[in-house]
Amino acid sequence: MEELELKGAGTAMKSAMRSRKVQQLKREIPLYIMLMPAVVILLVYAYGPMVGNVIAFQRFLPGKGLFGSEFIGLENFVYMFKMPNIWSVVYNTVFISGMKIVLGIIVPVTVALMLNEVHHIAFKRTVQTIIYLPYFLSWVILSGIIITILSPSDGIVNQLLGYIGIEPIFFLGDEKIFPYTIVVTDVWKNFGFGTIVYLTALTSIDPNLYEASLIDGANRWQQTVHITLPGISTTIILLSVISVGNILNAGFEQIFNLYSPMVYSTGDILDTLVYRMGIQNYQFGVATAIGLIKSVVATIFIVASNKAAEKIGGYRVF
Amino acid sequence: MKFKKSPGYILFLIMNYGVLFFLAATCFFPILHVLALSMSSSTAASSGRVLILPVEFNLQSYRYVIENNAFLKAFAVSAERVALGVPINMLLTVLSAYPLSRRKEQFRMKTFFTWFFLITILFSGGMIPWYMVIKETGLLDTIWAMIIPGAVPVFNVILLVNYFRSIPAELEEAAYMDGASHWCILWKIFLPISVPTLATVTLFSMLNHWNSWFDGLILMNNPDKYPLQSYMQTIVISRDPTTLTERDLDLLKIISDKTTKSAQLFIAMIPIICVYPFLQKYFTTGLIVGGIKG
Repeated sequence: MEELELKGAGTAMKSAMRSRKVQQLKREIPLYIMLMPAVVILLVYAYGPMVGNVIAFQRFLPGKGLFGSEFIGLENFVYMFKMPNIWSVVYNTVFISGMKIVLGIIVPVTVALMLNEVHHIAFKRTVQTIIYLPYFLSWVILSGIIITILSPSDGIVNQLLGYIGIEPIFFLGDEKIFPYTIVVTDVWKNFGFGTIVYLTALTSIDPNLYEASLIDGANRWQQTVHITLPGISTTIILLSVISVGNILNAGFEQIFNLYSPMVYSTGDILDTLVYRMGIQNYQFGVATAIGLIKSVVATIFIVASNKAAEKIGGYRVF
Repeated sequence: MKFKKSPGYILFLIMNYGVLFFLAATCFFPILHVLALSMSSSTAASSGRVLILPVEFNLQSYRYVIENNAFLKAFAVSAERVALGVPINMLLTVLSAYPLSRRKEQFRMKTFFTWFFLITILFSGGMIPWYMVIKETGLLDTIWAMIIPGAVPVFNVILLVNYFRSIPAELEEAAYMDGASHWCILWKIFLPISVPTLATVTLFSMLNHWNSWFDGLILMNNPDKYPLQSYMQTIVISRDPTTLTERDLDLLKIISDKTTKSAQLFIAMIPIICVYPFLQKYFTTGLIVGGIKG
């Protein structure tokens, strides 16, 4: 008798659970509908190109398409590693983006600390506003400005240098100087943004710490070293770790607009090489192979750096 | 906080203000210089007498740019791109952010779809396959080539998901108990209280559409369909002589390449400068909301 009752209760519970499941699915349907359009677009335009990487293993002919082209195994990869300039391009990429990463941390932190010492509010706000502006302009516009002011014949920078007796410098045409021009102009575009991030981090430091240290007789410099810097160190470490994930992105949009065949030896990076080989010279297979290797390595870096950021600072994208 | 004004500290303050002024100047003067160039005579511009104020003031180069059909056409394409692209971006951002911000009990496939979105930023397909897919789907040479492939801005989705998740659960639970649908909760509860974040995301999307040039450059075979930034790229950077007509060449004797280039650069900057106050206001909000959580 008891058993039977239990059994009855069991089926009742089961059917209740089933109807709850149906109920839940019903409540979930709108969520699927909401996601549908985005999922379709990502599937085609983000996942599609991932599949399209099979071009790297083909002698790809646009006329024959993805499914008609002949598969040639790793031939494109072999060709790629035999290219005489491939290692110098890898070196340029890592060199330029490495310098960008380092200066992209040092400069904004320094400027944020300097702005923190300014007690003239209007001046502080004005500086903040102005240094932030280049961040929002495209590399096309900024390159237009940079080419104009750095021109060796009639650019303002070389004219000013001329007044103090310095010979015109070919900032964009001299292969020795070009990478540094790239790094400096990149820092110039982005340091305002970084500065704001660090200034935001600075506001979260407990003001009591400063007052306590004042009683202990600390001066401004000691406060900066022992309170301010440690206060934003988490942010600094986080942003550095995350930026390391971009080590293979040396800045296609910038270099594409500023380089010329004169500076290929020091200024050509992986992305610009892929562009010239693929889009301009129709060597789709090899260009895709280079792009694929770059993507794979880049993904490893990004995942690793984000994992590290999660460990160090509890930072998660989602 | 008061410090003894030691000579060292005063020296530091002077240096500090000096360096900060210099840095601000490096960001501001180039733009001012370009503006001054655009309003100067071509001889003054090429002889290097222009610093930050126009020399031999005239607006001939602006007249030339405004009468230049290609420039205006490109400006119109950019405007169309923003007008079509931003609403589509926003619609898809909102529609994706809501399901992804649900708790696991409410949406069992949440983790799967979250990764579905995340993987697209972790691994990029690469330039050539990306181009091929857009070509195969028949978008080449249409304005949709610059709108559909980037219609889901995943970073903006993440930003909005983070904001949605910070909304107290009690708010929606009450509505949920009353039998409100997800659509209703999204529309009546979530969107109204997310206005600052939505503004941030809208600005990002506008900025992105306005500033993009590479897609236009390679996805449009016909230069007539270039958006402004792609057009600028060919004019300002590449200086492709084939795009110059004979009339242009005649005019170039009066108004130099340098002054018209400067005028075009400046005009292309105007929309950004106009939304700049808003960008500044909302950008920090966006950073705090979407960025580093302790």
